Amino acid sequence: MDLVDKVQSGSIRGIARTISLIENNSPQKEDIIDELYPHTGNAMVWGITGPPGAGKSTLVDCLIKRERKQGRRVAVIAIDPSSPYSGGAILGDRTRMQKHSTDEGVYIRSMASRGHLGGVSVATGDAVKILDVAGYDTIIIETIGVGQTEVEIIELCDIVLLVLVPGMGDEIQAMKAGVMEIGDIFVINKKDCDGADRLKTEVEYVLGIKNALTGEEPNPVLLASSKLDEGIDELVEAIHDYLKKAQTTGRFEEKRRDRLEKEVYKIFSSKVHELLNIHLDIENNLGEWISSILNGETAPYKLINSKLNRFVKENRII
Amino acid sequence: MAKMVRILVAKPGLDGHDRGAKYIARALKDAGYEVIYTGIRQTPESIVVTAIQEDVDFVGLSLLSGAHNELFPKVVELLREKDASDIIVFGGGVIPTEDIPFLKEKGIEAVFTHGTPIKEITDFIEKRLEKQ
Repeated sequence: MDLVDKVQSGSIRGIARTISLIENNSPQKEDIIDELYPHTGNAMVWGITGPPGAGKSTLVDCLIKRERKQGRRVAVIAIDPSSPYSGGAILGDRTRMQKHSTDEGVYIRSMASRGHLGGVSVATGDAVKILDVAGYDTIIIETIGVGQTEVEIIELCDIVLLVLVPGMGDEIQAMKAGVMEIGDIFVINKKDCDGADRLKTEVEYVLGIKNALTGEEPNPVLLASSKLDEGIDELVEAIHDYLKKAQTTGRFEEKRRDRLEKEVYKIFSSKVHELLNIHLDIENNLGEWISSILNGETAPYKLINSKLNRFVKENRII
Repeated sequence: MAKMVRILVAKPGLDGHDRGAKYIARALKDAGYEVIYTGIRQTPESIVVTAIQEDVDFVGLSLLSGAHNELFPKVVELLREKDASDIIVFGGGVIPTEDIPFLKEKGIEAVFTHGTPIKEITDFIEKRLEKQ
């Protein structure tokens, strides 16, 4: 049985192996993804993001429990950073979810970011497809702990939960562009800690300004404690409400189409990049180019444009 | 991208002392491996499922309570049952020297007791990878 069949039949080893092949950028990757692609689109994909230590993994643990109670099969992809020095990583998110490890309806996979900076890893999107085809109903992506700019999660999921905790600044922080804009639902975790109610008010205030400008319905802001397992039922209800509403308004399909567009564009860019790399032999020529810039013979844009123009002419592209 | 080596560091049994496991996890990260850590008090069953889901190349077991002769072989046995005997198991912790031959016979490929320099462990991993 080949890997694609194994994934379709839900074989855990098959799924795990296939994810590794994709992560390692194996030559089989493109064929596998293309073969799986027509069977994707059934799972709901939830993204969980927020700063380090906000309680994301513990929250995922609570969400798994609720989804399992409803009889849905759940897969989790939990991403942690790779070391910029050794390339190694400590993947510790699943520590908080280990009680589900022997539940056959739950698959948990830890992934290292492997140098990618958007809060997820390059292979995350394809791993979602594999788990989707393998028959998981709910796929939860937990990003690495984010700061202000890691927003790539919005390109991978149907709903984003932004997990915040008190003590990280005032409403000016909440007003800023970037991560603070991407939550479909805001979760104020550690609600038993000082400042949680205040943070909720601040986030609602900032969202109120946004909603007054756009006329959209306000995003839910919910207090929760993943550690004490409180406020989770309300959160899960809000998630399902959001998804249902998005499906009736057409927003859901629209988002998925946008995502595919971005994905195809990304593949295209990286292919063009790869192609030019080969044709211009950038790796071998770069040293010489840099020297000519340092010698004052040319300047960066001038050099690149002349190389590209020559390439285009030689190959009669224009 | 070259294949990354993935290692599960797991703590079977009931002892709650995970400084050793964390030390190893951290050192293996610095050696360039992707290390998945399970946390304490894991059953052999959960360790084996985790190893398979995470598609690891190695499982490192750490135990200080004395139940190693029971739990380490159980992990190897369950991996075999699940058709995953290609995953290499090694162990460490408080293991009396006289128990080591028994553990090796049961399929634990290396046992590192306290005071082992990290280099010995990474050498074992690299040598074992070459063999594959």
